[in-house]
Amino acid sequence: MNGLLDFATAFAAICFVGAMGVTTIRLFRGPSAQDRVLAFDTLYINGMLFLLMLGIRSRSTVYFDMALLIALFGFVSSAAFAKFLLRGEVIEP
Amino acid sequence: MTPDAIPSWVSVPAAILLIAGGLLTLVGSIGLLRLPNFYSRMHPPTMGTTLGTGSVLLASILVSSAALHRPVIHEILITLLVVMTAPVTAILLMQAARRRSR
Repeated sequence: MNGLLDFATAFAAICFVGAMGVTTIRLFRGPSAQDRVLAFDTLYINGMLFLLMLGIRSRSTVYFDMALLIALFGFVSSAAFAKFLLRGEVIEP
Repeated sequence: MTPDAIPSWVSVPAAILLIAGGLLTLVGSIGLLRLPNFYSRMHPPTMGTTLGTGSVLLASILVSSAALHRPVIHEILITLLVVMTAPVTAILLMQAARRRSR
């Protein structure tokens, strides 16, 4: 039953790449700044899911560390973007 | 770790979870592109964030546990991180949008 898992990971890869493309269109087109931040937030989640799918496909645990780092830095950067839109500066004195 | 060591009672649920996660994420991102204004655009990506991430991480736990012949649960870390940080970003973005639209 190895071909089934290969088919499922290929299908999920196509779905994630399509989702990343659609999100990138919204990132470039977005009429306001908060639309772009929301599109970036969705984009890093899709990239993290793509890396987890690669880890399932190759049966290796190396991709897990990269997915964890993407989740961490994506949260920090999108929270900083949202705080900047909210206040006008990220770290307040 | 041989590549054909995955039994079928693991690979069938993992394949179903992967396909479901991919479809949920794709539908959420298409909703992000097609909905008319920002407040309705906040809703669809959370489907990919919660259900898509949960199903792909469950499939990853199943496959790596079957491949290594021991329970591998360190993917719970990503689940905890995403579940704890997605509402924070959503609340900050919503406050920023309300302040900027005034």
